[in-house]
Amino acid sequence: MQASIQLPTDPKLQYLLRIGDACLILGQRLGEWCGHAPIVEEDIALSNMALDLIGQARGVLTLAGEQCLQDYDEDQLAFLRDERDYLNPTIVELERGDFAFTVLRNAIVATWLKLLWERLRDTSDAELAAIAGKALKEARYHQQHAADWAVRLGDGTEASRQRCEAALARLWLYTPELFEDDAVDAAAKASGLGPAASELREPWLAEMREILDAATLALPADTAFRSNGKRGVHSEHMGYILSEMQYLQRAFPGGAW
Amino acid sequence: MNAAVEATRVDRAWAVLDAVPDPEVPAISVRELGIVREVVDRGALLEIVLTPTYSGCPATEVIERSVLDAIDAAGLGPARVTMRRAPAWTTDWISDDGKRKLRDYGIAPPGPAAEGTAPIRIVGRRAEAVPCPRCGSAHTERLSAFGSTACKALWRCIACKEPFEHFKPI
Repeated sequence: MQASIQLPTDPKLQYLLRIGDACLILGQRLGEWCGHAPIVEEDIALSNMALDLIGQARGVLTLAGEQCLQDYDEDQLAFLRDERDYLNPTIVELERGDFAFTVLRNAIVATWLKLLWERLRDTSDAELAAIAGKALKEARYHQQHAADWAVRLGDGTEASRQRCEAALARLWLYTPELFEDDAVDAAAKASGLGPAASELREPWLAEMREILDAATLALPADTAFRSNGKRGVHSEHMGYILSEMQYLQRAFPGGAW
Repeated sequence: MNAAVEATRVDRAWAVLDAVPDPEVPAISVRELGIVREVVDRGALLEIVLTPTYSGCPATEVIERSVLDAIDAAGLGPARVTMRRAPAWTTDWISDDGKRKLRDYGIAPPGPAAEGTAPIRIVGRRAEAVPCPRCGSAHTERLSAFGSTACKALWRCIACKEPFEHFKPI
């Protein structure tokens, strides 16, 4: 059994892991649709988006390993951390759900990531700016695709609409976390590494409102619930996805093909 | 003195790269695809700078390998490949020859990538007309935003009834 790696407390590392892990875990979740999507075109689309997200995660995790950790590469960071050391927001680790849940989660997360990559083109870190320049093109495409489906299902049949409403009510609980600041954001803002989480809230809300209006879905009300995935405190779904992701590297340390 | 003798190691490397096919779209070379950014003669080593097409493109490693093999086979090695992410690859870098070969191969080539920077429109959006690579008709429709590889979408021609792939402008 391969032992877990230990990470230092470093705001830059934490900022990068929050981004890289969001891409990594959502990529893994979307990959679950491969062979299960309702139509073959969506099977292809979801797998393609998963691939883009995992590519983006590779870039960010490699950067985090090079700049903040002496000895770890992208694979060790992806596969050999304990649950509490993954800093993705909780929304990306939630169960796969039905197709409406997947579409609405993708709309929420792609809109957030698109706005984040836009801002990260101006980061003080040249390599992160380069990753952002590429990822932005992909995130735009993901957002467009998810928004098209949100409109089709939200403004669709009674059954598709009900599923969208149920999915949105649940997903919305996990959106405040995306825009809450803490010391990691303050450090990133001060050093020019990237925007504080709260800076993306207004533009995100404006774009979500546009998508949901077109889908004839009401914007859910805010609640007092707060998730804490980006501080390492995850939902019950995280352990399952990690055990699936990590199994090979834990059982066959350093295994490659 | 003939031209062959004058050709530098860098010139010859570019010529070799013109014959290295893209593994997923073998109709065009990696050079025509616009992913070879630079070739630098560093004395002992020939450095080839590549840029990835998509963050998660699974062909990236295969391309790196086939580029190095081709350079070695031409006796221009040893060579090293470096990846450069910025500026991000755009389909505008596909050469005119490359676009023509794509069309001949049955893949509708990408239009200008500027389309990819327009604000996202949720409603009232009209897909750009992509002419059929087989019969040239503009009477076509998109079947799927994603295709067999990250860089393509699925379309069909309503005039000649044939399905085709479209290289997405990014």
